[in-house]
Amino acid sequence: MLSKMEIQETNRMIAEANLDVRTITMGISLLDCAAETLPRFCERCYDKITRSAARLVRVGDDIALQYGIPVVNKRISVTPIAQAAASLCADAAQYAEIARTLDRAAREVGVNFIGGFSALVQKGSTQSDLALVHSIPEALAQTERVCASVNVGSTRAGINMNAVARMGRIIKQTALLTRDSGSVGCAKLVVFCNAVEDNPFMAGAFHGAGERDLVINVGVSGPGVVKRALEQVRGADFETVCETVKRTAFKITRVGQLVAREAARRLEVPFGIIDLSLAPTPAVGDSIAEILQEMGLDTPGAPGSTAALAILNDNVKKGGIMASSYVGGLSGAFIPVSEDHGMIEAVQLGALTLEKLEAMTCVCSVGLDMIAIPGDTPAETISGIILDEMAIGMINNKTTAVRLIPVAGKNAGDTAKFGGLLGEAPIMEVNRFGCAEFMRRGGRIPAPIHGFRN
Amino acid sequence: MQGVITVLGKDRVGIIAQVCGYLSGRGINILDISQTIVQGYFNMMMIVELGSLAGQNFEQCADELQTLGKSIGVEIKLQHEEIFNTMHRI
Repeated sequence: MLSKMEIQETNRMIAEANLDVRTITMGISLLDCAAETLPRFCERCYDKITRSAARLVRVGDDIALQYGIPVVNKRISVTPIAQAAASLCADAAQYAEIARTLDRAAREVGVNFIGGFSALVQKGSTQSDLALVHSIPEALAQTERVCASVNVGSTRAGINMNAVARMGRIIKQTALLTRDSGSVGCAKLVVFCNAVEDNPFMAGAFHGAGERDLVINVGVSGPGVVKRALEQVRGADFETVCETVKRTAFKITRVGQLVAREAARRLEVPFGIIDLSLAPTPAVGDSIAEILQEMGLDTPGAPGSTAALAILNDNVKKGGIMASSYVGGLSGAFIPVSEDHGMIEAVQLGALTLEKLEAMTCVCSVGLDMIAIPGDTPAETISGIILDEMAIGMINNKTTAVRLIPVAGKNAGDTAKFGGLLGEAPIMEVNRFGCAEFMRRGGRIPAPIHGFRN
Repeated sequence: MQGVITVLGKDRVGIIAQVCGYLSGRGINILDISQTIVQGYFNMMMIVELGSLAGQNFEQCADELQTLGKSIGVEIKLQHEEIFNTMHRI
């Protein structure tokens, strides 16, 4: 029989350390919605999404009640729209119409985000890819729940430099079109290298071409639980630190596995993967920065930060992989600046710079995430920042992402407020030296030597 | 199928009676019960046999216990045992 200690430990994690299931994301293939006309395509997409995910929110809430653990978000990812809608030969305005359809479907079923307004252009762009990318600013300005992503590089294909240059301009335009709300459109736009097909987390989720028709992917979280566990081993050596993180990650992931299986059973949709990322929220006690401080750093950004994050990331994976046979998605630690109060404070203190964040992304699961920069940052500079991050992903055979927000009308030192889960972000200083000539070269950076593993 | 009921809140007369009264009305058997009071703060844990109480009935029961808790000024939570088993047992 269960012991009192075990029951207390679990419930303390939930009540006091913000343990939750961050998202149940239903992946929906839209490949079978291909049609000859735009209205017909939109209608088929709307019908399939609202039919497949009709019970998603209700089931998520019921599971939360059954196990007494919050299920924070219920979300949907769909086939990259540039692929699903390719047969339409649509222009950018027509792609924006598809985005509005996705938005309506998301609202109808009650999910807060729908991901997959995406294009995969690491090696080159089709007409459909180009039209979708050009529609992104308008699509994100006119919708509330749609998330867009563009994969511009991979270890196998290299980096599509025309796409990198284009994304700098697209991000600027998106910022401008959503300037009345802190350029929030850019918070729903991710540029990837080595994007994964089964990521349940937004804004980068999409349902890859290798996936089945419908699937349930679950993202668990719990930075607060890891921090609490580390409080118990203050001053202990690194073996103890690693062991503690590993054990905690195991327990967190087991809960995710339980919820994922139950959601799949109730929805009669196959279970896909557990993504065991530690994802912070703006709440105190739900922060990656606090974990780094608990490990012994004065503040994130201090020397040692990259190593601390590497240890955290590696042991989250080691613990999590034991707890579920199907671990996927991004799986590691996220370091979004605007969604972590400790990261925000570190930036305000001057301890954490864009360059240090870039170094930290070499060892964690994603990249430069939710970083607000001055609105007048040149498009070429934004592309340059993206390119550096893509190079890290390509060379190190890992996923990297960039979600930059050049907040219109704001300068370094100001604050941008996005509200809700997106939080607020201090505007970070960007290196003022340019790279315009470099970006103008265009073409494609060849795949690195270790991309050829056959 | 077993469930875990936790009751937390300021101590007062009749908390156990109210909870047990509800459970007996529902035909739910109590397998284990432990209770502590620290500085006037009431903390109770019960393991109960839910028998065939599945799906809709489980959620309704969890809801009703929450409501009962509110009416007597404590927090009552019913959870499926599986979350604890999954976390602590391999």
